[in-house]
Amino acid sequence: MATDKKSKPSGFPGSGLAKGLAVTLRTMTKRSTTAQYPDVQPDLAPRTRGVIGLFEENCTVCMLCARECPDWCIYIDSHKETVPPAAPGGRERSRNVLDRFAIDFSLCMYCGICIEVCPFDALFWSPEFEYAETDIRELTHERDKLREWMWTVPEPPALDPAAEEPKEIAAARRTADKLAAQQAAADAENSGEDA
Amino acid sequence: MSDALDIVVRLLAVFVAFLVLPLVVGQTEHKVMAHMQGRLGPMYAGGFHGWAQLVADGVKFAQKEDIVPAGADRRVFQLAPAVGLLPYLLVLAAIPIGPRNAVGQSLDAGLFFVLAVMGVGVLGSIMAGWASANKFSLLGGLRTAAQLLAYELPMLLAAASVAMAAGTLSLPGILDSFHWWWVPWQLIGAVVFFVAGLAELQRPPFDMPVADSEIIFGAYTEYTGLRFALFLLAEYAGIVVLCALTSVLFLGGWHGPFGADGLGWLWTLLKTAVLAFVIIWLRVTYPRLREDQLQKLAWTVLIPLALVQIALTGVVKVVTS
Repeated sequence: MATDKKSKPSGFPGSGLAKGLAVTLRTMTKRSTTAQYPDVQPDLAPRTRGVIGLFEENCTVCMLCARECPDWCIYIDSHKETVPPAAPGGRERSRNVLDRFAIDFSLCMYCGICIEVCPFDALFWSPEFEYAETDIRELTHERDKLREWMWTVPEPPALDPAAEEPKEIAAARRTADKLAAQQAAADAENSGEDA
Repeated sequence: MSDALDIVVRLLAVFVAFLVLPLVVGQTEHKVMAHMQGRLGPMYAGGFHGWAQLVADGVKFAQKEDIVPAGADRRVFQLAPAVGLLPYLLVLAAIPIGPRNAVGQSLDAGLFFVLAVMGVGVLGSIMAGWASANKFSLLGGLRTAAQLLAYELPMLLAAASVAMAAGTLSLPGILDSFHWWWVPWQLIGAVVFFVAGLAELQRPPFDMPVADSEIIFGAYTEYTGLRFALFLLAEYAGIVVLCALTSVLFLGGWHGPFGADGLGWLWTLLKTAVLAFVIIWLRVTYPRLREDQLQKLAWTVLIPLALVQIALTGVVKVVTS
């Protein structure tokens, strides 16, 4: 038995062998770490990168995601529609309409750049991971499937108790406060006239 | 009970034990090894914790094609699994499990018979290695031969020490003259016998002849289907036989702290089971010995220890008589 140089030199011959036996015996008494996956669903970490969901109502076909994708695995088709003027005498507006949004998950490397880059919050990580296919071509998922995955996107984690308000809520509150102040001022003016 | 019926019942009992016990050991190995490595082992076959895994394996082996390589020595190649397996059946028939003639066939020279026939079992591997017309098989066969040569000697010497102590070669006779203080007295011999038997079965850490990382599967490389399954069965039957033999020779067989009359066979089974667990435990714990380490252990450690044991037995025997 080669003596372990790091441990104390007091080991009698064969102590290493006994130590080995102790390790395996101790492991046997502990719970095994096997994940029984198909029977028991895995306990996934928050923000798991399982699949990319598309919230297509938010998509404006700006193409940023498709352009930033390192693998070029996002396919987007669209056309323009003209919208009649909102008020009479106004100008006609043009609007992008999404025809196709597909992600080829056989190419996707799950970098998440498309999600980071989307300015309109139309792409999200979903923890869903059970979408294996037997044919590589079936890994290209179209917008309906991507939209379905949106339902599996978890709530964003809550902010820290002392964190500052999210920007959009702060902006909305400021607008609401301003409106309320105007309303109050108008009310006060009205009541002053009445008096 | 007529003599013929008596013989039939005994042989049937031995045969059933021969078919069932190795599978129990194999299943235990699956589960114990898995848990010692932090895994679960088989969980599906049979429904409850994979209890039928080995049955499923057997069905799988039976379905596979039986291939004999073109260059192989056909007859020897096909005969080898039988030579590897049957000796253990014969040995099992001679091992007493309880008092009052609870043995397949009581032999006067039982110890001699048992050790000789166990050595024949290893011949199966050598035949397989030689007949396969495959370099890996040949290497495995030669390593098997070298191992048999090296470890048969300490095994015989350790067993001879017990025979000296008991003054008989009959296994029931040895057990009849057993006293509890034989266990410490024959302790060295027990360890030598057990380790040498382990090496003869080619069990890890002495599995150099089948070292799968360097010579595929040694002598069994070319085997498929049922013949391969028979070799595997021989390995586990060998474990059963070795453990039963060690418990009979060195641990007092059916003798126990209580219940030696009615429950003697339970004591034998219990000791055998504990030793089988130790074999599995050793397999999980230790890495494989290199070929030269293997030989060195046999010739420079086990044989001197066995000789020391014989001297000790002789001295005690002379002093007490």
